[in-house]
Formats: sequence, C-alpha cells, structure tokens
Amino acid sequence: MAGEYISLPRDELERFAKGELPSNEQSYAELKARHFLIDDDTNVAIDLLALKTRTKLAPLANFTGLHIFVATLRCEHSCPYCQVSRANDDRTEFDMSEATAARSLDLVFQSPSPAIKIEFQGGEPLLNFPLIKYVVSEAKKRNESAKRDLAFVIATNLAVLSDEHLAFAREHEILISTSLDGPAELHNRNRPRQGRDSHQRAIDGIHRARAALGFHRVGALMTTTAASLGQVRDIIDEYVSMDFGGIFLRPLSPYGFAIKTKFYQSYDQRRWLGFYFEGLDYIIDLNRAGLDFIEHYAAMVLKKMLTPSQTSYVDLMSPSGIGIGALVYNYNGTVYVSDESRMLAEMGDETFALGNVHDDSFAELLLSEKLLEPLEKSFAASVPGCSWCAFEPYCGADPVFHHATQGDFVGKKPLSAFCTRNMAVFRGLIERMEADEDVRGIFERWANLI
Amino acid sequence: MIPLRARSIHFNDAAIATGASILRLSTNPHRPTPLRRQEAYVTSLDQEIAPGFGWYISASGEAAEGLPQDVPLVELPSDFGYLGDGDVVSLEPKSGIVRVLFRKSSSYNHFLLTERCNNNCLMCSQPPRAVQDGWIVDEILQALPLIDRTAREIGFTGGEPTLLGERFLELVRATESYLPNTALHILSNGRNFANNKLAKSLAAIRHHDLMLGIPLYSDLAHLHDYVVQADGAFDETIRGILNLKRHGVRVEIRTVLQRPTTDRLPQLARFLARNLLFADHVALMGLEVTGFAKGNLDRLWIDPADYAQELRAAVSILTQAGIKTSIYNSQLCVIPEELRQYARRSISDWKQQYLPACDRCSLRPECAGFFATSGTKFSRAITPILSEAA
Repeated sequence: MAGEYISLPRDELERFAKGELPSNEQSYAELKARHFLIDDDTNVAIDLLALKTRTKLAPLANFTGLHIFVATLRCEHSCPYCQVSRANDDRTEFDMSEATAARSLDLVFQSPSPAIKIEFQGGEPLLNFPLIKYVVSEAKKRNESAKRDLAFVIATNLAVLSDEHLAFAREHEILISTSLDGPAELHNRNRPRQGRDSHQRAIDGIHRARAALGFHRVGALMTTTAASLGQVRDIIDEYVSMDFGGIFLRPLSPYGFAIKTKFYQSYDQRRWLGFYFEGLDYIIDLNRAGLDFIEHYAAMVLKKMLTPSQTSYVDLMSPSGIGIGALVYNYNGTVYVSDESRMLAEMGDETFALGNVHDDSFAELLLSEKLLEPLEKSFAASVPGCSWCAFEPYCGADPVFHHATQGDFVGKKPLSAFCTRNMAVFRGLIERMEADEDVRGIFERWANLI
Repeated sequence: MIPLRARSIHFNDAAIATGASILRLSTNPHRPTPLRRQEAYVTSLDQEIAPGFGWYISASGEAAEGLPQDVPLVELPSDFGYLGDGDVVSLEPKSGIVRVLFRKSSSYNHFLLTERCNNNCLMCSQPPRAVQDGWIVDEILQALPLIDRTAREIGFTGGEPTLLGERFLELVRATESYLPNTALHILSNGRNFANNKLAKSLAAIRHHDLMLGIPLYSDLAHLHDYVVQADGAFDETIRGILNLKRHGVRVEIRTVLQRPTTDRLPQLARFLARNLLFADHVALMGLEVTGFAKGNLDRLWIDPADYAQELRAAVSILTQAGIKTSIYNSQLCVIPEELRQYARRSISDWKQQYLPACDRCSLRPECAGFFATSGTKFSRAITPILSEAA
C-alpha cells in the first residue's frame, strides 16, 4: 500500500493469505515488520501506513511546479521521431510572442508551488532567443515579490549554441538539457540536419556549456529508435565517455511524427525490454567495477520501492502528473496538460488542450473538466486492473498515453504497452535485487540519489 | 574513573550548622566580593586562602590551614583534585555526602532526573528503583542557575524522565531560561509521548536546541518489547516518536548492539529508513556491561567482531538514506575500517579508559576506548592499530 514489498515462495504466500502462516516463521516476521500483517502484539502499523501514505501524497498540495514554454516550433534539425518541430525557415508565425509569454507568466505565478521550474522547449528554443531573455528577466522581476524557488532550463540540441547564449545562461544560472542519442553514426541517423554534424555539435556544445555553466548544469537525454535497439552498450559507453553520471534509457513515445512515420510500430515492447535489461545489466556491471553510474528510469522506480519518497517524473505519478505536475504553454498560447498532450494535438487531437492563456483564467484552466476527468478516471488506486495490482504503488497513471493508444483514459491494461513495459521493469528490478545483495546495495544507492 | 560522589566525608561544625548546600566553585582569589558569599572556594596549597567565601573546599588531601573556625569547610580526598572553577557541587554535611553535579571542563554533564522507569531493559546500566525521589528535581532546579552559561551541552537521564510529568516540563523550561546557549539532550524511552498532550507541551517550551534520545531495539514489536521487558512498549515508543516529530521536537534513535537484536540490525535500519526517515540522528551503541547487563550477560553478549557484517549493512542503509548515523562505545580496532568515520568518542570522560594494549595504538586519541564500568569483557578483536597501517 505504501510501497514496501516482500518476495515470498508461492506456498508461503498461500498460507499467509489463508491465515495459516505460523508466527515463528521467518516470513511472518518480515510481513509484520513491513506492515503486511498486524497481530495482537502491535497495532502501530496503521499509524505508520497512514504516515507513509501522507508522505507519498504530500507533494500534491504544491500543485504545478514544472512550466514548459514552447518558445518556437522552428528547428534546424529534421528528426523523423520528432513530434512537433517545423523545418527551419524564416517564418516567425510559430514563435511565441512576448504578449503570450507575459500572460503565461501570470498563470505560472498563480501556481501555489514553492518551487517553480520554467523549461524552454521547441522546436529549437534558441532560435527564439529574444523570447527566452524576455521570459527570464520578466519572471525574475515577478519573483522579487513572489519569492519562489525559481529555476530555468533550456532544452536545446546545442547546434546553434552561441557564446551570447552561454553568457546569458551563466548570468541567470540556467540549466541546459540536450539530446544525445548515442555514438556519432546512430545519433546523426536519428537526428538529421544539414551537414550531418548533429553529434559533433552536441558534443562540442556539452563541453562548452559545462565549461561556461558548471559541470553539473548540463544534462542529456536519449531517444530510443529501432536503430538503437542493438546498440545499448555503445549508447551507454557514449554517456560514460562523456562523463555523465547516468543515462535515461527511454522508451519511444507513440505521439506525433513517431506514429506517422511508423517508428512506433517498428518494434514491440518485448524488443524494447530486451534492449532495456541488456542496458541495465551492463550498467550494473559498470557499478560493480567501481563506476558510479545510474539508469534514471530504474532509479525513479527504485525510489518508490525503497524509500518513502516519490518521484516527480510525470509517467510514474498517480494521480497522474498531467496539469498538476506540469503545464505546457504552446507558442500560440494554448495550454496543454503535458508535453505528450501537445504532441497529440499536433496530430489533430485537442483532448488535452485546456484553453488559451489569452482567454482563460487560472481557475478555468485548472478546474476544467478536461483536466479533472482524466485525473479522476485514471487514478491507479481505483482503476480496474490497477487497484489490485501488487505493483500499483510503483506505477503511474497515464491517461494521455491510454487515450492516444486506446481512445480511453483508463485503457484495457492487458493491451497496454505502458502496463506491459512497467510490470516487466518492476519485476526485473525486484528479481535482480532479491537475487544479489550487491545489486541491492547499488539499487539502494540509486534510490536515494535522485 | 573520576569520582562524582563520595560518602563519609568530613565536614566541620560550621558546615554542619549551615546545612545542605548547592554551590558553584571558584578557584579565583580575586573573585568579586559580592559573589563570594554564595560560592565555595577551592583551596590549593600554593595559593593563599581568599577570605569571604560562603564555603571552603579542600581537595588536596591535606587539611586547609589558616581558616577561621566559623567558616564552613569540607575536606575531600585527593581524587577530587580535579574540581575546578565553575563546577557545581551538592554538599550534605549531616550525612557526609558530596556529589559533583556539573564540571565546567567536561562535555559530559548529565543529570539523573529520577530512578523510576516504566521499562525494565535487559541491559539497563542504571537499573530502575521504585523510590520517591522528587528531591532530585528540587536539587537540579537549584543547580541550573549556577551552571556556566557557555556550557555546550547538558543531558537529562533516568530512569524515565517523563514519569515526572509536569515537573519534567518545569526542568526543561528552567534549562531554556537559564542556559539559552546550551543544548539539552534528554534520554527517554518515548512511551509517555504516545500521549500527544505531553509531546505538545514539550514542544511548546520551544527549547532552542533540544534532542530526545529514544531507544528502539528492533523492527519487530515483540523483540523490542522483550528487550525492554514491557508489553506494548514498542507501539507506545513509535507513537511517541511520531508525536514528538509532529510537533517539531528533534529525535535521535538509539539502539544497543546486543545478541538478541544484532542479527536483525539491517532490518531495523531499513525500518528506520522507511518509517522514521525524519529521525535526526541514529546512534548504534556498544553494550555497557554494568547494571542489569552484568547479570544478563550470557543472553546479551555478542563479540562485536561477530556483528561487523550486520553493522556494516545497517550503516550503509542508514547513511544512504541520508540519516545522520553514529557508532557509539565501540573501539576503532573492532569495527570494520570503513565504519571508523562514524565512530564517536561517546563514553563519558569520568568512566572512560583504555587498555595497556592501547598504549601502542596510533588511533587511541580518536578512539572511544572502554567503559571503566564494564569490567573485563572485551572483544577478541582488540588489537593496537600501528601507525604504518593508519
């Protein structure tokens, strides 16, 4: 219920379920210590379970902390898996205006969250650098009285990174998040641009940004494609050689161009899981050899398994993180509940468009049935197929994914790639740490790191 | 050992006439006159006796000379020669008893609040007695205003201090009033804080630097209850901790490393990381072989060398979870090398000692050493760490 688990042989589980497990058995003690059973001896478990549940859900009261500004849809890359970008041209009709940004900031600062993170996305947001400058200075001005813990992130491919950009990012302590899909050949194939030099520009940009902003202020994310599947070790090695502290082995999302170009269907969950676990085991071996290197998805799940805390990763939150975990302000002022729902809209499905910054108030947007209904319907603890699942405390609710793939906020879980994938990951993580104390030690470290 | 109390002490007639007194000591012959009347002057052979003090104490083992007959005088054996400026003593001329309540030069000043307790722990070093000892509180309330106001920390122990109820709160209030720069550490089994009112009242004092040290011996209720020899104690202690933290009182979890519980030490660590992650400190404490522990030694003793594995796992779990963790009362040569950084010199100076073997050890200055109270029960792993290895 509050996330603790115990792994039992089937017959012991059955005896426990029937109330026939004798109190002098080892598993009885373990079940009792983790509050799966209460006996005459003690009833404080209820208090502790309540406390752990409150701890898990407490961050909900903070409301939306991540605010994504789509500075422009323009981009000089033409990645086939990209859901949203427009090929580079001089047309500024896909740029966010200052007026739209100002209205968006009104909404940002109406969120009660004590920590506010503004993330610039695109397209390639640096192509609309004047807007970034405007938003940063305007947000800081407002924060003089709002007094939030304010942070900025620019999600950029680094290809057009200039010294002016870096000087600005340094001055305002802006974090850089970039894309690195693996070794040069794979990266350039995934991320085509004129000159076929995306990888080189990313590598150079990472070095320059680290030097200018500080080593830990630069992060990288990889996107998995069909071409990635056989190369997980090479991809990880790329991150290791670039001195990153970890990698996020991400599944491909089913939105936007990814579906149009048949990328999403080009491999099934089984193949992705093979890729994932080959990578995970390789990373575990790296740790055994003395290198501190984490896999971020595993670390976020392990945080839920091994600590009383939660992750703020939207895919692993229940109630879902849509809207209440993140809000997206599109270039044209449309407000979406998540980055994925903006991508869905680019495919013509406006289900998760809450409204527009120019027309709607904070209350109208956040109390909209378009947000409340999917939140309520998809809450995993009350959803058929989820509410009785042993993995429910570790899983998230993803109404956008299930709507996109099954046309329903809840979805039939046996047909859900989300469910299949997560169940396999949860099982795989538990099997690994149950089988090997060293792995448990590594996992405990990861769980507490992030 | 440094003696903190003595019986059959000789007091002169003037002292007996003056009666029981709690006094701050001075060794300063130039002490301002207005203060002298309420203080005791510690005489020394090479110093002329300063006149005008309320009391005189000779701790040199020699009779003090040159004092008028009508001035209260007590003559202590020479092992009280450590007494110094700013110390506080309790003198009972009629019964011939002297007790040292506070030593300015020491960082280990504890006040026993009561000998009564609602636990009856197998290894209790201070076995409880069901006595009416309310006079102790009066004495401490008198002593607190005399304590040096730059003292870093004082401790309250027992017995179970919270059995004093309102008088317990009165004592905490007094430390906050008279010692606004001094940390207060209270050893309690936490059970009475299951009553939310008491926890709330303690928090309401808003002591500036308060920590409650509360023992938890196992993640399993019945095992904890067995160790403390009290049914239902586990639940009350947990509820007490939750109530204290709810009201913002800092809590340190203490566990004693002893045979009944060491094999589940990693499980206890996981339990703490999962359920009581907000604990402000966890102390894993080596056994002091005195009091009940002596009589129960067969059940309690486990050579620290035999729980090194469990200790290593527990420390790793706790520290990774971000819980501040210390190992108390364990010798550096006995615990695994990577755990030495967590070991503290925790044994109170007055009962701390080293073995002859320690003379050659290069880590002796950092080592907790041994309880002088613990007799001859030592780990087989005791071995001096020579400097080339350090």
